[in-house]
Formats: sequence, C-alpha cells, structure tokens
Amino acid sequence: MTPPPSTAGKVWDAIVVGAGHNGLVNACYLARAGLDVLVVERNDWVGGAATSRSLYPGFLYSNCSYVCSLLRPEIMRDLELPKHGLQVVPYEGGVILKQDGGYLGTFRDHDAHRREIGRHSLRDAEAYDRYSAEVIRQCRFIRPFLLRTPPDPTSLKPRDVQELLYLGRKFYDLTETEMADTVRFWTMSIAEFLDEFFETDVVKAGFCISGIIGTALGPLSPGTAYVLLHHYMGDVDGAIGAWGFARGGMGAISESLASSFRASGGTVRTGASVDKVLVENGRAAGVVLDGGEEIRGRLVVSNLDVKRTFLKLLEEPQLPADFVRKVKNFKIRGSSGKVNIALDSLPDFPALPPSAPFLRGDMHFTDSVERMEGAYDDWKAGRWSADPFLDMMIPTTIDPTMAPPGKHFMSCFVQYCPPKVEGHDWTDAERDGFAKTVVDQIAEYSPNFRDLILHMEVRTPREIERETGLTEGNIFQGELTFDQLLFNRPVPGYAQYRAPIGGLYMCGSATHPGGGVMGAPGRNAAAEVLRDLKKPAKDMSDAYPVL
Amino acid sequence: MPTPSFDAIVVGGGHNGLAAAALLGQAGRRVLLLEASDTVGGAARTVALAPGFRVPEIAHLANRLHPDIVRKLDLERHGLAFAATNLSTTSLSAEGRPLTLAGAFGERLEGDIADSERAAWAALRGKLLRFAGVLAPFLAQVPPRLKNGGVADMMTLGKLGLGIRRLGRDDMREFLRMVLMNIADVLDEEVGDDRLRAAVAFDAVLGTSLGPRSPNSLMTLFYRLAGQANGVQAATAQPRGGMGAIVAALSAAAKAAGVTIRTDAAVASILVEDDRAAGVVLASGEEIRAPVVASAMNPAVTLLSLVGARHLDTGLVRRLSHVRSKGTVAKLNLALDGPPPFAGLGPEGLAGRLLTAPSLQAIETAFDAAKYGRFSDQPALEITVPSATDPALAPAGQHVVSINAIYAPFRLKPDSEAGRDGFEARILAVLERHAPGIGNRIVGKDFLTPADIERRHRIPGGHWHHGELSIDQMFMLRPVLGLAQYATPVAGLYLCGAGSHPGGGVSGAPALNAVSRILADGKAAGGKSRR
Repeated sequence: MTPPPSTAGKVWDAIVVGAGHNGLVNACYLARAGLDVLVVERNDWVGGAATSRSLYPGFLYSNCSYVCSLLRPEIMRDLELPKHGLQVVPYEGGVILKQDGGYLGTFRDHDAHRREIGRHSLRDAEAYDRYSAEVIRQCRFIRPFLLRTPPDPTSLKPRDVQELLYLGRKFYDLTETEMADTVRFWTMSIAEFLDEFFETDVVKAGFCISGIIGTALGPLSPGTAYVLLHHYMGDVDGAIGAWGFARGGMGAISESLASSFRASGGTVRTGASVDKVLVENGRAAGVVLDGGEEIRGRLVVSNLDVKRTFLKLLEEPQLPADFVRKVKNFKIRGSSGKVNIALDSLPDFPALPPSAPFLRGDMHFTDSVERMEGAYDDWKAGRWSADPFLDMMIPTTIDPTMAPPGKHFMSCFVQYCPPKVEGHDWTDAERDGFAKTVVDQIAEYSPNFRDLILHMEVRTPREIERETGLTEGNIFQGELTFDQLLFNRPVPGYAQYRAPIGGLYMCGSATHPGGGVMGAPGRNAAAEVLRDLKKPAKDMSDAYPVL
Repeated sequence: MPTPSFDAIVVGGGHNGLAAAALLGQAGRRVLLLEASDTVGGAARTVALAPGFRVPEIAHLANRLHPDIVRKLDLERHGLAFAATNLSTTSLSAEGRPLTLAGAFGERLEGDIADSERAAWAALRGKLLRFAGVLAPFLAQVPPRLKNGGVADMMTLGKLGLGIRRLGRDDMREFLRMVLMNIADVLDEEVGDDRLRAAVAFDAVLGTSLGPRSPNSLMTLFYRLAGQANGVQAATAQPRGGMGAIVAALSAAAKAAGVTIRTDAAVASILVEDDRAAGVVLASGEEIRAPVVASAMNPAVTLLSLVGARHLDTGLVRRLSHVRSKGTVAKLNLALDGPPPFAGLGPEGLAGRLLTAPSLQAIETAFDAAKYGRFSDQPALEITVPSATDPALAPAGQHVVSINAIYAPFRLKPDSEAGRDGFEARILAVLERHAPGIGNRIVGKDFLTPADIERRHRIPGGHWHHGELSIDQMFMLRPVLGLAQYATPVAGLYLCGAGSHPGGGVSGAPALNAVSRILADGKAAGGKSRR
C-alpha cells in the first residue's frame, strides 16, 4: 500500500474512484490534458478485474479477466502502453473436446479453420466463408461507434442531432441487405443465427461461445447475436476478432496504464476505500474515505458500476427519484464464476493429437448448443450449472513468465454461476461444490489433471464482488441487452457519462460501449470531462478507420 | 393466347384469402378464389365437433380484425355480429383466489389484490397501450423499403419516427429502452402479483417460440395490444356463431363483390411465363390463367413449392428456407354434456378467457421443456367456453370448450404419437385440477398439435403466424427481405397471407395491404386496360 502523499488540504483537479482499467484510462487522458489527477483504489493493488496476482509461490494468476482483444488500439497508442511494458501475444486458436471422444480444433487462420470444420462437415466449411464475411462486416459497422459518445435521441441539441445523423448516415451507407442483416444481428439469438449457416452441432457450439460469455442469457435467447459481436469487434495488432494474452497476465495492462499515468504526473493512492462522494451545494466536491478522511477535488469520476456509485457512495435524496428507480432497475446479473489453478505440469488430453497446438489456446468441453442452453436453465433456477460451460486457458503455454519452469497456470471461466444459490447467499460448502463440478468436467477429458493441482482459487460471484466490487460479480458491470446499450446505457438520458450531480462522471463498463477490457468508456468519459472544462483533449485520437 | 376469363386468382380461402378476393372484387377485378379443402375459412373455421356441437377449430377469439376490413367490406351488413365484447380474462389460481382482468387488457382488476399493485398495473397498462398505439397505424401500411425506396417509403419511416417523438421525451426514452426487452423484466420492474404477472406474460408469449424471459417478448405483446375488437384497443370479443361468423361474413362480402369461390380445388403449381405469373395449375391438372395471382398461403410454400426455386435467385431461396416457423400451441376442443365445473366462477366468468398459468415462472418452466423438443409437464392453458356467450353452438344446457395449450413443440423428441397423447393427458390433468369432474362430461373432442395443424391446413410448422413473430421476421423483414412489399420477383404474383406483414391472427390486414399494392401496380401498368 502506497503511503498517503502529504496533500492535506489540497484540492485535486479530478479524483477518479477505482483503479480498474477504465478508471486508469480515464485518469491518463485527464492527466495528459494537464489536470492534476488522483486515483483512489480500495485494494492494495491497481487493476480492478484486470490484475495479475501472486496467490501461490512462483505463480502469477490472471484471476479475473484472462484474455485480451477488446482494448482499443487507439488507446494503446495514445497512452504509449507498449512503451510502459504492455505486450499482447495473440494465440492461434483452441479446441472443443466432444463427449464422443472427438474434437473440433479452432484456428485463427481462416483457411486452417475452414479445413478443420470440413473434417466435420463440408457444407459447414463452405458456410464458414459466408459466416465470417458477414460477421466481419458487422464488426466494421460497429467499431466506429465505440469511441463516440452516444447521442440522446430525444434531444434537439445540435451535437446530439449531428451524432444521430452520423449514426443514420453510417447505417444508410450499408446496402439494403446489409441493413437487414444488421437489424437481424441486433435482435436474433446466436443459435438461430448460426442455424442459418451451419448444420453440425459442435461447429455451432463453437461459434455460440462468444454469444453467451459474460451474459445471463442462453444461446437461444434473442439478443445474443449482438453479444457475439461484442466479443468479435476487438483485435490484436489489427487482426479483427483475434484474442491474445497480455505478457505477465492481465495485470500487465493495468500496470502499464498506471505507469503511463504516473509518467504524465498522476498520483495513485491504493488501500483507500471511498465511503461517500462529497456533495456540496449540488456539486461533487471530492470523496470521503472509510475512516472519515476527506479528499477534495473539483470533479469526481467513478469507475464503479452504477449501483455502487449511486446507491452506496451517494444518498438517495441527493438524486432525482426517477433516476434512482432506473438505477435500481439496471440489470447487473452475475452469471459466471472463475476457477484459477496452479498446475505441477501440463495435463494430458488423450483425445488430442500429441503435437496439436490446442493447449495454447482456449479449450472447451461443451459440444452442443443444447448443453449450453441446459447450463443456462440451471442458472435460471438459481443453481450453478451441473454441466457448465468452460472457457479454459493455460496462458503459461505462451507466456512462461507466469509460472515456475515446467509448471503452468490454468484459468477457467465458468458459466453459469448464479449470484445467489436458490435465493440465499453462497456458503463455502456450495463454493467447493461448484469447484468440484468444474474439476470433474475437466478430469473427464484429462485423467491426470486432478493429481497436477498444486493450488486452486475458486471464485463465485460472491468472491468476485468481494475483491473487485463488481455488483453480483458481473464482468460487464451490467447486461449487454439493447435496453442497456448505446443511449440506454446505463440509464436513458444519462448515457453521456455525466451523473445527475454536477461535477460527477461515470467511466466504468456500465457506460457505453460496455464491458470487456476495452478502455473505451474511460476514454469517452475523459472526452466529456474535458469538453465541460473547455480543455483540448491532448493525445486523444479518434477511432482509426477500419480497412 | 386466349384472354383469361379472370383478372386475378387468389390461392387459399382462409380469412386473408377471402378478404383479398373481396377487396379485389370491389375494385372491379374479376376474381377467382381457390380453396383446397371443402370449406373456406382455413384456421378461422367453426367446425362440427359432435352432433349438435360446433366449435372454433383453431382461432377462437376476435382480437385484431382490422377496422378497415370491417368498414370496406361492410361486414356488419354481411352478418358479422358479436355475441360478447370486452371479454374479461381470469387468471385461475390453484388456491382458489382467481384474479380477473376485466375490460380491455385488464382495464379493471377484480379480486383480492393490493391497492399498490392496482396502481402499478394501471400505470404499466397505460404505458404499454400508449406504446402499442404508436405501432398500430403500421398494421395497415405496406412496409417501406429500407433503401432505394420511393418518397412513400421515406414518409412511412418518417411517420414512425414522428409517432415515437410525439410520445414526449420521457415516454420516448422509455419506449426506446423497453422496445426489445423481455416481458419478465418489464413486469419485475413494476408488478409483483403472480396471477397478474402470469396473465400478462401469457399474452406476450402465446403463439411464439419465446418464454417470458426471452428478450423481445415485449414486442409480441405490443403486436397483440396494437389490435382491436369492435373499436376497442387490445380488447377481445366472441363473434356470434363463433369465429366462423367472420369467415361467413367475409365470403358473403366476396360473393357480393362478384368473386367466384371454388372449394376442393387444390393448387398444385403457379404458372410462370417469361418471369410473369400466368395463372395456376390445379391438382386435377386443370389450368386456369390470370395475369394476377395472389397467394394467401405460406410464403415459403408459395414460392418454393408452387412456383419453384428455379424461378428465384439463390439468396431469396436461402432466406425463405430459413424463415422460422415452428408452432408451439396445441388446440384441444371439447364437447361437454353439461356446464364446465370451474370452481368459483359465475356465468360472466365463463364468458371470458380463463388462464391456468399459476405464475410467470411456471410459463418459463413450461417453455424450457419445449426448447428441447419436449412438451410441458404443466402446460399453461387459455380456455374459452364459446357456448357460454353463444348457446347456439351446443345443445341446450351443454357446452363446447376451446383450449389453447402451450408449449407444444412442432417436433417431439423422440417423435412419437405417444408423446402426442401424453400431452393431451397433461392438458386434461391441468383442466381437471381447475374444473374437477370435467373429464366425465366429455362427449366429443378434437386435439391438434402443431403437426396436425400443418397437416390439415398446409401451414408449415403449424405456426399460427405462418412464421415466427420475431423482430428479425417483422415489418420490412416479413416474411423475408425483398418480399415485404407483398410483390414477388415473379411479376403479377403477390403474397397476401399471415406470413406477410403484419402477421397472423384473424385481422385481414395482410390482405388489406397486399391489395393496395396490387391495385397500385395495376394503375402504374395502365389500370383496367388489362381487362
């Protein structure tokens, strides 16, 4: 924990609450614009849900978020993150292990993946060309909006009208078929969408994955096609849809942000938990820490989700009643858990060819849409999935810096996992039961897996919320359904990063364009802050054109 | 080539086919209507169930017959009358505490329910009706082209935008937030009473492949609330003589407009010459020629079976073959030798709709089974007793009961007749729980799963709407992009059935819009010069 800098009585230009990646991105841009910025973080480390923690001797755990793709390249370059130590290594693919002993490999290389699909169905292999062309087209359409503040469609302010027109023009630039496909993409379920291309269950299951990760929806729920897009619209070094590992774990992203922030004169104070936002005659005037210490600032930016920001750091009477009601209705649904494992060596997967590259990517054991949907049904009933969906990674196969030589770190993202078990809070026994379900599923495909476990960190939504403060442990700070996207996120009328209280801003994933280690909300919020201060945004580039 | 003796042939004698034929006849066209079965009416027929008993075969309530159809075809003069209007909906409860939503869409709540709930419901109901009202005008609109459209298309889109703006700032924000939501979340935000939540959720999902928690399930409720019966928005009514009375009035109007109606005349194919529709060929081999063919049959059946893929481009064929059209509603019609013994229900209760869903969650659970090709163990039922409002439908003192049951997947896993009987048994079990002894009064019955509906009415998947009512298959995307304006790539061939915008339900709206398109094209081509 860094000692509190001797700044008694000091008034900061801006105080950022929470050192998650969005808070840090926001702070970086504000500092570069010449503001005197303080970031206060409750934990003794920075990063929020993008951290690398040493929870077992010699091992680094990416114990929340675990892969990287969405972090906007504009931000990486604006903030010189590579110079501050960030290195993203793309991985080449992964595998889905089938119950019948077979498998479907996934490859970043289009033709390789096409050939692999062809092993299961030639028809699907052909459809894959059509499918990826359509998905990429949708990504290109959506990416320019990520770094723009959503317009208020009810407002007639020139800027809002102008932004609406921009949206409309972008849409109108599409052909009629593309327009139709776009509407379909935003409203269909990923399963229905895939049915129009593919016939093989395991192939569909493979593409469904990105449609459900992080949401409280099943593959048959309308709206999940968009969620797929949300996971595809990122890139690694310009390769749209590619995913990679941050060398040194996801914490490397936060560390490079913090380093970039300090380099431009910013101050980070960890181990400082904010109890209240200080409001004086209708304006945010700073924060009060647990224990009563007061820190004053001309404006406050909150990286926390909206329920925490407005229902915990503020008093209801300080806010418009209708706003409070909408914040209470904001849908933040814990739907996933995480099991982080230190392994003595690489586990065997007999079903896979010995030299296969699959262990260097994302591994899955759910080989049908039906099993995925079934896992969701358990969640609806308030239970963790008996046959869960796993997104399993062994980053140390690509980044050996995270474990001692020969040993490995394994990250298992698990869906579905409810915020409460049949209505009551998680007990430790239930947490262990959840872990057992996960280990058992992996052990079905890897006989020696159990014996290799040196240490295991099990995180249900309860543990995730406890450490990161994410309400219900929801990784996106709120569901990615249309009622909570664009100008609806987080609350209609308040989608432009400003809270109903003067001088108070939101920069977390609960704002447009939403969750994932993207940084866009933090960057967009900074743009709005600087606009209000009539300060030119320094080093803030617009969205790069998509080729 | 001999001049055809007809200006237009309408394929399919369901309510939309009849309406289209009548409207074309009124416009001075010489029209031939062809129906495959021995009677017209399609899914809106009233059929004999047992000697002296008559029952609506499938559609059993009037809640969206379009006012323009009633007016233009003067259906009252042709015998349309209502035995009862503003039917109430009673959410039966196992604990014997039924809640009645009286008037259109629960104008009044009758039963023991907290005042806070009444207030919350009044507010929510008002909001939903306002929002549905914004969409209502588009039921009778030819959907605009998304692009490369004319001024008219632009104006339609403009009108939609304006309609939403007119809601005022706060409502507009709510509308744009809620429009794609699921009905469960909407209710979670506002009301808590299980019976009320179940009743509203039921109306949202009935006839769709959605559960209450499936996003977009509010839109299907909007579709329902945009309709009207006897001039009252979102109301339901019981025609005198059952739904068949609407069919009878429509065919009377058609005959009055000079339409020739031929039953037992199944169309085997549609004649295409130089990419133009030239007429039809009947199953008998008989060839009938006409420059205009309007099909009230399912769009996929019309174009892929009757026309044939060789006349269409592959993109369109692919889109058509991907239209989702799997029914989820089974129909059970019963003839009883006495009144249905529903506990604690007076005659006015029997006159309305009865719902058996104990809670929203129960409907969701029922839906979960259908996702995997299983029928629901505890189906949710919509029960009507047509003979309670129209005694003529059954012998004195006896009754007919008409039941919609969800969820009944089109394809059961494993596909078996046993499954079919099993589901019928489940329905009767639920019925018995709410009306003890009803089983012993059954003197006649007819049970239709979606598969049976497909067989009997040539509706693919046995789907009420000839294609799922989901946003990706609505408005300008209904039935698929490129066919939403009722015309097809085959000049002179038009779609006028429920598979087209706005969709199913006994409305006549698709026919209304299709005919306006047909007549517009006629004018463009020199109007009556064709004759």
